[in-house]
Amino acid sequence: MSDKAPRLSDPGLPEHVHRKADTDPAAAKKAERQVAILFTLSALGTILFIYSYIWVKTDRFIFIPIMGDQNASQLGMGIGLTFSLLFIGMGAIHWAKSLMPDNEVAAERHEFRSEEADRADFVATVKEQGAASGLGRRSLIKRSLGLSLGLIGLSPLLLLRDLGPLPKKSLEQTSWKTGTRLVTDPSGRPIKPSDLEVGAVAQVLPELQPGQERTLENVGKDAVLLIRLRPEEFELSPERLSWTYQGIIAFSKICTHMGCAVALYEQQTKHLLCPCHQSTFDVPRAAKVIFGPAARPLPQLAITVDSEGYLVAQKPFTEPVGPSFWERSS
Amino acid sequence: MSTGEKVAGSVANYVDERTGAAKWLKKNLTKVFPDHWSFMLGEIALYSFIILLLTGTFLTFWFDPSQREVIYHGSYLPLNGIHMSAAYDSTLHISFDVRGGLLMRQIHHWAALLFMSSIVAHMLRVFFTGAFRKPREFNWIIGIGLLTLGIVEGFLGYSLPDDLLSGTGIRIAEAIIQAIPIVGSYLTFFAFGGPFPGTSFIPRIFTVHVLLLPGIFLALITVHLMLVWYQKHTQYPGPGRTEKNVIGYPLMPVYMAKAGGFFFIVFGISAFLGAVASINPIWLYGPYTPGQISAGSQPDWYMGWLDGLVRMAPPIETHAFHHTISWNILIPGVIVPGIFFTFLALYPFIESWMSNDKREHHLLDRPRNAPNRTALGAFGITFMLVTLANGGNDLIATHFSLSINQITWMSRIGILILPPLAFFVTKRLCLSLQRADRELVLHGKETGRLVRLPHGEFVEVHEPLTDAQAWTLTQHEQLPALELPEVDAHGVLRPGGLRNRFRAKVSRSNAEAIAKPKPDDLKGIEDH
Amino acid sequence: MKRLSRYRRHRFAGPVLLVFALFMIGATFSVASANTRLAARVMSRTAAIDEGRQIFLKGCSSCHGLNAEGGKIAPSLIGVGAAAVDFQVGTGRMPMADMSVQAARKKPAYNPDQVAALAAYVASLAPGPAIPDQQVVYYERDGSTAQGGELFRTNCAMCHNFAGQGGALSRGKYAPSLMKATPTQIYEAMITGPQSMPKFGDKIITPSEKLDIIKWIKAAQNEPSLGGASMGRVGPVTEGLLGWILGLGLLVGIAVWLATKAR
Repeated sequence: MSDKAPRLSDPGLPEHVHRKADTDPAAAKKAERQVAILFTLSALGTILFIYSYIWVKTDRFIFIPIMGDQNASQLGMGIGLTFSLLFIGMGAIHWAKSLMPDNEVAAERHEFRSEEADRADFVATVKEQGAASGLGRRSLIKRSLGLSLGLIGLSPLLLLRDLGPLPKKSLEQTSWKTGTRLVTDPSGRPIKPSDLEVGAVAQVLPELQPGQERTLENVGKDAVLLIRLRPEEFELSPERLSWTYQGIIAFSKICTHMGCAVALYEQQTKHLLCPCHQSTFDVPRAAKVIFGPAARPLPQLAITVDSEGYLVAQKPFTEPVGPSFWERSS
Repeated sequence: MSTGEKVAGSVANYVDERTGAAKWLKKNLTKVFPDHWSFMLGEIALYSFIILLLTGTFLTFWFDPSQREVIYHGSYLPLNGIHMSAAYDSTLHISFDVRGGLLMRQIHHWAALLFMSSIVAHMLRVFFTGAFRKPREFNWIIGIGLLTLGIVEGFLGYSLPDDLLSGTGIRIAEAIIQAIPIVGSYLTFFAFGGPFPGTSFIPRIFTVHVLLLPGIFLALITVHLMLVWYQKHTQYPGPGRTEKNVIGYPLMPVYMAKAGGFFFIVFGISAFLGAVASINPIWLYGPYTPGQISAGSQPDWYMGWLDGLVRMAPPIETHAFHHTISWNILIPGVIVPGIFFTFLALYPFIESWMSNDKREHHLLDRPRNAPNRTALGAFGITFMLVTLANGGNDLIATHFSLSINQITWMSRIGILILPPLAFFVTKRLCLSLQRADRELVLHGKETGRLVRLPHGEFVEVHEPLTDAQAWTLTQHEQLPALELPEVDAHGVLRPGGLRNRFRAKVSRSNAEAIAKPKPDDLKGIEDH
Repeated sequence: MKRLSRYRRHRFAGPVLLVFALFMIGATFSVASANTRLAARVMSRTAAIDEGRQIFLKGCSSCHGLNAEGGKIAPSLIGVGAAAVDFQVGTGRMPMADMSVQAARKKPAYNPDQVAALAAYVASLAPGPAIPDQQVVYYERDGSTAQGGELFRTNCAMCHNFAGQGGALSRGKYAPSLMKATPTQIYEAMITGPQSMPKFGDKIITPSEKLDIIKWIKAAQNEPSLGGASMGRVGPVTEGLLGWILGLGLLVGIAVWLATKAR
């Protein structure tokens, strides 16, 4: 398939135009000097780099217009390196452009496809030699080879098995238990309802038992946000309402979309916003999703107070926190 | 003869006596490379890869890829006494207690951004000029592979310091893996060595980042370059340039000097950016903990389009039979990128299926002469720009006093409307440009000079094009659309009717063009 | 007394008595003057309340009601305290320029005395948080930058960004940049919860922790450019833009030069 339409005639390669430096020795000399200047600038750059590395204190700052105060050592080394590299390149290119031969040459190109006869010969050879192996005829070998090749990938895959434990129920569990105190993050103080005014929030974690240490895996599942509203502002089911305490409501801070910390609470609109993908949750309606890609509300933690008046969890989370996974049942 | 020439001569002699490669080397040292700025884009990618190897090696001398908890006591006082991972601590050490360490970190990161942007620019050049056509389809696929691996490599690289921003990125990546049906939670537990974040992930991705992926890169880049070498470079059309030749400069000395010099230029520009512009200031982000987050958490730009897609995804999950499928993650995080990259990789074959053109091509297309392809490219670019803009919707909102909700909705609608619109507009634009070319060849350039004819009419003087210009504008082929009759010669319906009809339809669309001037047309003008 | 009188002819008796007398005079005077200062303060306070009320009636009552009881478009100010007034009016957010979703920081409409008067008036309506001048004074001495950073990243960075540059909230609202906030204003914002911002009570973030946060924010305001131009400190978006425009732009420019024939 090709375009058979008649074409204009190809005038052929344009005539070579000589550069000034080819004909005028003075111009060539000038170009040579320019190249030399560029290479010298590069050498000066290296000297600036060495000076900045050895003699400029790392805590010195200098004022550069537009950029403001800049670290002198970092800037000196960087600009030194820039000069030393950039001007070698500029010099080499200028040299190639102005002094090396600039005659464009034509190289022939041949079609990759071989001559018809050679190719037919080659194809025939491949067919013949392939047939000689008998793979096509000996179906027992073909099938058993297929089986072994199909299975061979399993061993390296299996070797990866010990990369980590099986998830089991880990994704569905947090450290919150009945009666676990809520403590502030990062200071670890227990909280009384009176500590929170209406419109106040607190970032909380479960209290550590003596001897326990808090790992990041725990924080990644346990982080909770405590918000106080006026009790009459809630639009909750009676069950969910019983999970709140005097207008204080607690949600998992781990986004049900992709696990970012949803800690961005707008006090006036009572919305929680995830800064990663902007899922927006409506706090009075049990963190119902009102915008963005999250598909589920944030899990609510049932809270109450203990005998000393500190806020505690009524019970563990009733659903897995964080992003969805295949085994999640709701 | 100068001493230099003498030495060069003896070296050449020495090499040949030991390898017998004189013939081969002579042929290759005089190999011709065409010169065009757009042919340097791939070189930028190659050179930034070398810069990444050099600076990356420097960084490994101090970097400690461990999530062991330590307390910081280095010279950056606002973090003094804070608990953090050894990875974060050692990155702070490189930044503030190793002279030139911050510079090297920044050059490394800037070179990574340049690596990715030059790969994309190079890919666009190859796409729009049709350089992927036979015999270069496999090099195109290798290129797509390099692009995909580059995205992964970059993501792993900026995740290594274990700062609050990159930790958030890892958290999101974990959620994507976890969302894969059936095996998701197993895969995350294997990847992280237990529940997120664990203490195994950074050491593992470190090995992948510095050993496995660079190794694969090196292998793929070698094959990529060998194919370029063996198949010889394509060239832009012009007088004297045909499918049977390459016009350019010999490797030695001109191309060597230019390409070698350009390596230093790329390194110099990376160093310049590293010197004057702060990048990934991890000391400001703080160490990672899952309970913290910063407003405006974005990934690097080559992941930004994915983030933008995720941000605009509809909130859909399926819960059935005690199992969950998160379409809100799978569609933007797996399915759409999968389709996009597969289409990209297969495009050379799709185009040859549309045009039924099975010949070799070494002369590049001017984008306007392939309106369908150019419009498809515009479709893809528009798609990417909409997703990228939505990936930065929070910053756009604060800096232009808009609402993230509005921007997200505009993106949701825009992603459906704008790419097809761009396709349509670009195609029309290409056809108009073809028409303009035709006018130019037939009637010459407008000179702006008005002449009054004897009978009083004013006409503008048109200057005819030179032969070279006219040739450049008309040398391209205009392939007719594929004829796929639904019935054969005997009037019997051919098998695969629907498929053929579809193929004929896309082929017609692909072949749409403004007829270029023929020699006869020009003659007509001269006579006139 | 008798024992004391034995020393009345002691040679130090005179000087001691003199010192004692001087001390007594000084003490009496200082008590008396303190009383008058207190009286003056009470006097000026009532005057300030009156002045504040006048300003309020002119500038604020159209939205907040004649007695600050609130209206359809503005909340009640009864019980918000002097701190809220000092923050809102002192940063120029109130009075609002227009009815946009959020009051923006701008040049204050009133001078510091007028702001104080307004604050005194609103504080006189019902008890509320006072202006935390006294607490804030020692943030430099008592605060810990690193601790403050930790608290900031947990409690503030999700809205105000990791470097205090601000960020987007839903529906066009935003968390403002903290680069111009004064220590007192930061403290006031934490205890009063202006606009979208929640309140952070003294039990959740203790006064000393608040000083830590203030010290960290002040450090962030003066954070030097350690690695070159900071480009807004908003993360990878500006970095990507610069990489494409400046980085690739320069390289393409040089490539064009490289590929043009020399003349």
